[in-house]
Amino acid sequence: MKPLRSFLNRFFSALFKKRKQIKLGLYGPPNSGKTSLANKICVDWLGEEMGAVSQIPHETREVFMKEHVAIKRNGKELNFNLVDTPGIATKIDYEDFMRFKLNAAQARKRAKEATKGVIDAIRWLDNMDCVLVVLDSTLNPYSQVNITILGNLAARKIPVLIVANKTDLKKANVEKISSAFPQYPVIGISALKGHNIDIFYKKLFEVVK
Amino acid sequence: MLTFQYLPYHEISGLTTENKLKKLLTIVKTERIILMEGRLEPHEEAKLIEKTMEQISRSFKGIEICTVYPQIKNSDLGKFLKREFLKILGYQGGLTIIGPATIVREIKKDPNKIELLMRNSKRRE
Repeated sequence: MKPLRSFLNRFFSALFKKRKQIKLGLYGPPNSGKTSLANKICVDWLGEEMGAVSQIPHETREVFMKEHVAIKRNGKELNFNLVDTPGIATKIDYEDFMRFKLNAAQARKRAKEATKGVIDAIRWLDNMDCVLVVLDSTLNPYSQVNITILGNLAARKIPVLIVANKTDLKKANVEKISSAFPQYPVIGISALKGHNIDIFYKKLFEVVK
Repeated sequence: MLTFQYLPYHEISGLTTENKLKKLLTIVKTERIILMEGRLEPHEEAKLIEKTMEQISRSFKGIEICTVYPQIKNSDLGKFLKREFLKILGYQGGLTIIGPATIVREIKKDPNKIELLMRNSKRRE
């Protein structure tokens, strides 16, 4: 009786473990293109977008999850729940939003929601199985936010793929990101234009496996 | 006038994470720039961002933070062992700069030089 119970326990735990969907998180500073990449993935594989994008920083102020995304490549399938998170920042000034023609009340509301979004994004780190760190390849990668995100993922032993986004822009410098974080795989893409997206999916398979 | 406050590692090493971050944010909120010996652990850095976000207000816009520390290649075994030995003795390599975002617009690190870009004082008033 005891060996049968043990067998059934192992069988059912293995069954449910296999069925557990992995959570693939999108992390990075504000305006690096996390939602643009989430939209690209969702349009490619689900036929619908995930969220709104905007020039104004902190457009995504809540954690969003798209369940059951399945990517197919060379006869293999990768199933995951895609989690788009608000951009992580160390400062939020409502006056910065007013430069984008928001009035004071709208700007203050956006700032308040953005602070909550940053907190939520950090708290969600513990739920992730794999993370795409999306960086703007036109900006200096040595920011403390980038270092803090990567340091926390390393401490949690979460696999990481760095996505150097916006390679369609003249100032893009993927090599600088690679040399700043040599211990991580880096892929340069343009989520907006779809540049290099096939190689991105190939890398994603390698990192998530 | 800018005020820098030096914070030796031994002043915060015995504190809990909660108290450590409370101390750092209390100093920053008095519009001083902290030069802290050593660096926070990754989970403490994340917690510092969380705590900062909780305290954002009209007068406190957040922080600018930058950490510099010696990068040791895997092949430099001697230097690695020396650093680990010094850690055991309580010596923390590196330096952390934390300033209020109302004063420090940006800290640029690239990677061997640091630039502190300050805000126009008129805007702060």
